[in-house]
Amino acid sequence: MEMIAQFIYRSILQGTPLLYGATGEILTEKSGNLNLGIPGIMYVGAISGVIGGFFYQTNSDYIDPFLAVLIPLLCCLLGSLLVSLLYCFLTVTLRANQNVTGLAITTFGVGFGNFFGGSLIKILDSDVPYLALVKIAKAYKTTPDFASDLGPIGTIFFSYGFMVYLAIIIAVIASVVLKRTKVGLHLRAVGENPATADAAGINVNRYKYVATCLGGMIAGLGGLFYVMDYSNGIWSNNGFGDRGWLAIAIVIFVIWKPSLAIPGSYFFGALYILFNYINVPMTYIPIIQMLPYVVTIFVLVATSVRKKRENQPPQALGLSYFREER
Amino acid sequence: MNALELRNVTKRFGEVVANNKVNLSVEAGEILAILGENGSGKTTLMNMISGIYYPDEGEIFVNGEPVTISSPKDAFDYKIGMIHQHFKLVDVFTATENIVLGIDDGKHFNLKEAAKKTAEISEKYGFDIDPKKKVYTMSVSEKQTVEIVKVLYRGADILILDEPTAVLTPQETEKLFNVLRKMKEDGKSIIIITHKMHEVLSVSDRVAILRRGEYINTVKTSETNEAELTEMMVGKKISLNINRSEPVDPVDRLVVKDLNLINSDGVKVLNDINFAARSGEILGIAGIAGSGQRELLESIAGLISPNSGEISYNDPKTEEIVNLREKTPVQIRDLGVRLSFVPEDRLGMGLVGNMDIVDNMMLRSYKKGNSIFLDRQPPKDLAETIIEDLEVVTPGPTTPVRRLSGGNVQKVLVGREIAAAPTVLMAAYPVRGLDINSSYTIYNLLNEQKENGVAVIFVGEDLDVLLELCDRILVIGSGRVTGIVDGRTTTKEEVGLLMTKMDGGNENG
Repeated sequence: MEMIAQFIYRSILQGTPLLYGATGEILTEKSGNLNLGIPGIMYVGAISGVIGGFFYQTNSDYIDPFLAVLIPLLCCLLGSLLVSLLYCFLTVTLRANQNVTGLAITTFGVGFGNFFGGSLIKILDSDVPYLALVKIAKAYKTTPDFASDLGPIGTIFFSYGFMVYLAIIIAVIASVVLKRTKVGLHLRAVGENPATADAAGINVNRYKYVATCLGGMIAGLGGLFYVMDYSNGIWSNNGFGDRGWLAIAIVIFVIWKPSLAIPGSYFFGALYILFNYINVPMTYIPIIQMLPYVVTIFVLVATSVRKKRENQPPQALGLSYFREER
Repeated sequence: MNALELRNVTKRFGEVVANNKVNLSVEAGEILAILGENGSGKTTLMNMISGIYYPDEGEIFVNGEPVTISSPKDAFDYKIGMIHQHFKLVDVFTATENIVLGIDDGKHFNLKEAAKKTAEISEKYGFDIDPKKKVYTMSVSEKQTVEIVKVLYRGADILILDEPTAVLTPQETEKLFNVLRKMKEDGKSIIIITHKMHEVLSVSDRVAILRRGEYINTVKTSETNEAELTEMMVGKKISLNINRSEPVDPVDRLVVKDLNLINSDGVKVLNDINFAARSGEILGIAGIAGSGQRELLESIAGLISPNSGEISYNDPKTEEIVNLREKTPVQIRDLGVRLSFVPEDRLGMGLVGNMDIVDNMMLRSYKKGNSIFLDRQPPKDLAETIIEDLEVVTPGPTTPVRRLSGGNVQKVLVGREIAAAPTVLMAAYPVRGLDINSSYTIYNLLNEQKENGVAVIFVGEDLDVLLELCDRILVIGSGRVTGIVDGRTTTKEEVGLLMTKMDGGNENG
């Protein structure tokens, strides 16, 4: 029992950065922007938070838990917002190719993270190739006291830092907004058929900008969660790994539905750590780690075969829009 | 007072003047038809009223007040609604979701209430729609209904319909016209764009005529007739002095029999097409854009597969009759049937913009080589020949095709197809967007081919050119052959009338 509870607990921790990334990317893709820069934006979000936290931790004697959370959070949002704005400016205003721009942003974001991560480590003059923001992380990982009294139930449901719950809340809000509100209807129209949305009087570019920037900021939080909560405040270069791509795979896996992204991300998280819990020889571990991608390919094949229109990507995904195009 | 009035409205796209000083007015409770040939600027004009394009010059008045319409939203605010020819609907949304899209009335977002209001409007004007139905499961006529309800839902008083009947069956058209008449009684102003003469006469109160972007006149429908309207639409014949030699020993090279094609929307785009293209002759194809010209040529070239009918080809080498429907596009091309299609974007079919002239030559020949490496010499020679013979203006054969001007691109395209010594040459809109000199180069090329005994099929949009270049003209309307006339004796009015003639069933109506 304890073992299963631990497995679920670790899966949810592992799935949370993916959930942020997937929710952000779904919002973005619903506006017709295929933002392949998400992995990079998550890096930028993480390092921006780390930079904020680092200067707060090194420059103050007393760590106020509230500020310890707030400063990295705001830095993270600002960093991911700026990169998302860059992406929007290139693809929406200048109508550059979205794939190329996205990949460039990812390359840039990873390099940006590693460069400043390296710089901070240099400032510390540390012997180890990583940076520890333990005090900040403690604020992020604060859990309710009663959790430990509840046994496995407590482990599964109440033993996380606030960002795990925030991810769920954001995904639920995104789902409700997309499904039930006027803004959501308009956003989906922009992603499906921008010419129609435009003719209906919807400001296509504004929707694209806002959705992509919000999406980028949400994804950035995933990077922040990874460093501050999952890794206990330890930044090491390239530590975030391929999670950004996994988040994009989840978008396809959950057929562009934020509500499904919650279980979907945890499922991917579980697949990601599965090798720790089953008895396989070391050499086969990469095969187990491949599972999320295999599952995604299956979902792609299945939805393509079924051809149900509601399960297809937004129709104008990846295309730029210009009203007077002839 | 006029519900809507345009004064001296002008719109240019680069060098091209799409609308030049157009004046137009429509009153409340009136149906105004706008009549004009292809490219006469009807849709551009309407797009300016509905805020898709912004006029370069001129004024627009709504109910006597001067207004600025710079976006579709502005148009809604002035109670102007447009039903586009290509429906502006989101496929995965329901009818209601499409109808409420973009409405910002400050009220709470409530789809149930919207569905109720939709039903009310439908009842008032006699529509038949299911508010919960997804658009992608709808028929063309249902989609159009959604478009109209969408505009009415917003409380539009001025409705613009861009070729609403192009995709409808005669029965559906009649139903639509009844709805329009009801709206007119309700005091709404309706502007309808159409090519079909009998529709203009049956539904409109007044007709405004445009020709090549110029405003010609507005007449009362009750005081005019088909012949007068056609004359205003096509204009006086202009002499172009294109050479035309007598065909020498024409034989039926390509015979099309009872060809039918139904497209993916279930619309019959080709309807019992019958004709023969003869060697040493230019057969012109005239028709309103989208009447099935493209589909016809693509069927012959084997690019699309017709539902029924025969396409037989008389091979001059072996005198054998070959059924082209059993051949692949490559086999058809090797037989000497060449398609040089110049689509709207010119580079879309036939040439690859980023590749140079030599590589574009090779697109047609690379399969012939036996080596794993490409032999670039023959295509290079060919490219140089074409550049020299057709006077293509280019820095050299290695310049990417997209850097050339439109006329030179077309010369390259036609030149390549001719170089293969075809027996049937199909050219669709080969002079579209070309200046006078380049156009004449193309006409001469086609004439040269004709004199060499090639059966030339020329799809054109300019009646003056068709009349002077072609030996015979096949007129196509709504996917049907409405007539085949002699290019030497026919008149512009005759061809114009045939083009606007109604599809089969209502020919006498």
